[in-house]
Amino acid sequence: MFDFFFNLHPVIQGLLKGLAVILVIFPLAGACSLAERKVSAWMQGRPGPNRAIVPWFAYIPFLGTFLQRLGVFHLMADGAKFLFKEEPVPGHVNKLYFVLAPALAMMPAFTTVTVVPFGAYFDGAGQVIPLALANVDVGLLAVFAVSSLGVYSLILAGWASNSKYPFLGSVRASAQLISYELSMTLSVVPVFLWINAPGTPGTMSLAKAVEFQSLPGFWGGTWFIFLMPLSAAIFLISLFAETNRQPFDMPESEADLVGGFHTEYGAFKWSLFFVAEYSHMLVGSGVFTLLFLGGWNPLPWLPLADFVAWLHSLGGAAFVVHPLFVGVLSIALFLGKVLVLIFIFMWVRWTVPRFRYDQVMKLGWQKLLPLAIANLIFYALAIAFIQK
Amino acid sequence: MATEFSFPDSAAKAATAEFESEKMSLSMGPSHPSTHGVLRLQMELDGELLTKCDPVIGYLHRGDEKIAENMTYNQFVPYTDRLDYIAPLANNMAYAIAVERLAKLEVPARCQAIRVITAEMARISSHLLGLGAFGIDTGAWTVFMYAFTEREKLYKLFEELTGARFTTSYSRIGGLQRDVPEGWTGRVDAFCDQFLPNLEMILGLLTRNKIFMDRTVGVGVISREDAIAYGVTGPNLRGSGVGLDLRKDKPYSGYEQYEFDVPVGTKGDSYDRYLVRGEEMRQSVRIIKQAIAKFPGGPWYAQDARRIFAPPKDKILTSMEELIQNFMIVTEGPQMPAGEVYFEAENPKGALGFYVVSKGGGVPWRLKIRSPSFCNLSILPKLCVGCLISDVVSILGSLDFVMGECDR
Repeated sequence: MFDFFFNLHPVIQGLLKGLAVILVIFPLAGACSLAERKVSAWMQGRPGPNRAIVPWFAYIPFLGTFLQRLGVFHLMADGAKFLFKEEPVPGHVNKLYFVLAPALAMMPAFTTVTVVPFGAYFDGAGQVIPLALANVDVGLLAVFAVSSLGVYSLILAGWASNSKYPFLGSVRASAQLISYELSMTLSVVPVFLWINAPGTPGTMSLAKAVEFQSLPGFWGGTWFIFLMPLSAAIFLISLFAETNRQPFDMPESEADLVGGFHTEYGAFKWSLFFVAEYSHMLVGSGVFTLLFLGGWNPLPWLPLADFVAWLHSLGGAAFVVHPLFVGVLSIALFLGKVLVLIFIFMWVRWTVPRFRYDQVMKLGWQKLLPLAIANLIFYALAIAFIQK
Repeated sequence: MATEFSFPDSAAKAATAEFESEKMSLSMGPSHPSTHGVLRLQMELDGELLTKCDPVIGYLHRGDEKIAENMTYNQFVPYTDRLDYIAPLANNMAYAIAVERLAKLEVPARCQAIRVITAEMARISSHLLGLGAFGIDTGAWTVFMYAFTEREKLYKLFEELTGARFTTSYSRIGGLQRDVPEGWTGRVDAFCDQFLPNLEMILGLLTRNKIFMDRTVGVGVISREDAIAYGVTGPNLRGSGVGLDLRKDKPYSGYEQYEFDVPVGTKGDSYDRYLVRGEEMRQSVRIIKQAIAKFPGGPWYAQDARRIFAPPKDKILTSMEELIQNFMIVTEGPQMPAGEVYFEAENPKGALGFYVVSKGGGVPWRLKIRSPSFCNLSILPKLCVGCLISDVVSILGSLDFVMGECDR
């Protein structure tokens, strides 16, 4: 089956991979939206969505009710609603840009997913092969470069809406996204300074960062969050700002700007913005996991290879070393960490109030950016000192 | 703010014109998530900075004062529900006391105690909503949900007492709609006991929260002088450091029997107003618990006021005189002497005043309502200039107004 896939024309392979991305990200983003509703409900002492059910499912004795209470059918109901809802385009908008903006929002969201490795398996020689749609060596640079294009969709949405609240929202969005990109980028430079020893060919690959965190030895096996807690903190805070999440959700702060940049949008176009936001969150959490949380390694100082060997020694079952099992295991570990991060996103959102726009800017430029620079200089000096 | 430069020639001035930022006018409301009903703010913005703010009110005007002239005193009670619809019980009481003062009628101690308990419960309910809405305005949704969980318990008690959750219409001139049900005071007491820790939890989410303090400390400062000059009342006035509380200063309905403190702020900013409301809820619980502890027995309506309060139903159906009394009160209204009276009660939002002019009979000749929200909002144009848009939202949240009362 794999051979059949690899024998296909590269263009068709690419198309299939692209389809796979869409098929994975859309439901995942949908699941995140459901999780958001459920998590917020649990935090606020409500039952949350628990009504929708597919007609025949109600007859399944135990499972049907359980799934209904869990609200999983709301996911489909929401998706179907967004697809089939009437899509009015307000009369005062610039139609081309108005339609273009949500499409543009999806592009960086989908593109960045391709370069994020999400698992690994071992080939016959025990070599780690990362699972990614495109395991490019510029890895992180590609993520940053493409994801920063997302701001254009917000600007375009606000501009094309030709209305005052979206306009204010998009002005805020563009300023905020640009500001926090700086500290975000600077915060991860120490990680790659650490990985790339002088004199060796350098890399920005995310898979390499994980590989580095699986090396034997204390410095090698530790996760970067322990080695560089400040970097991780700055990255995470910037991530909140970059994905427009509370407490930084200036672009759509619904209390003062009604809906922010997407005030004039509805139905499917709105849901594209929505999915894009969650995809950004997923990709951001993925990058954070890869860089600071050891990627698909189960525990700090316990790389995946050791874990699999330990599992093998337990029962001696042959299937645990099979590439397919290892691959699925690593994907599960990686996704688990990403979901924990997503939960933290939601936890924060439903706990803290929202900053004011100027406070967001002040925090970005006057606190995080100097801190990121100081952090970079400190680690540059430290690394130079250690490696000398 | 645009700076005025003086240039010698007009050409140079024209050259600088393109650098002067253009003001944008933005209409916030009447249907906007944070204007709490149908307030509309016509704002002039320089970037995100407000240079002018005109509140436009009247979207909820129903002509309550004129309506009052066309119905008997008791028939107007449901209209008082719709003034500050967050705390209808307190409005019912204020209106009933105003009219009773006109008739120089004293209601029995039990009636007074019930009114105090219900008014303080209404205060808790109103402040909880104010707190929750303030939370939403600053982005803290969970606070709103927690506050509403507590309000729901209050609504259950209201429903049990009055038959309605929202529009209670509980007071009658000279008494109440009915006596408290069996065991109701015990349930109110139980509510108070479990409410205090929950209140601490809700307030704990905001009080020392850095983001919340950033959003509220020093924002929307009403100075002591301004507060007095603009006629601001209630928690907003006390937030500015004026310890005026009509329950203390001009006690009515037996408030002088209860021990409670009047919290005052120091700076008069949004944060102080928030703290004052939080403390007032604790004080309300104190009052309720005292009132329940020494809950008086006896009649729950003025039995001697035979031309004002209708006799009990079983008497109406059995005795001729009571039947006639009831008929007269229902058709002609409670009979009032000629005269005029002004009464202000310390409502959750501030001093709610009723000015009643009577020429005798069962219908007021003129009824004027002094609504606290209207007066509190009058300071907005002064308060909002120089703020950011997000500040306007948090100022509105901290002023805690209700448009039903403002527009009347």
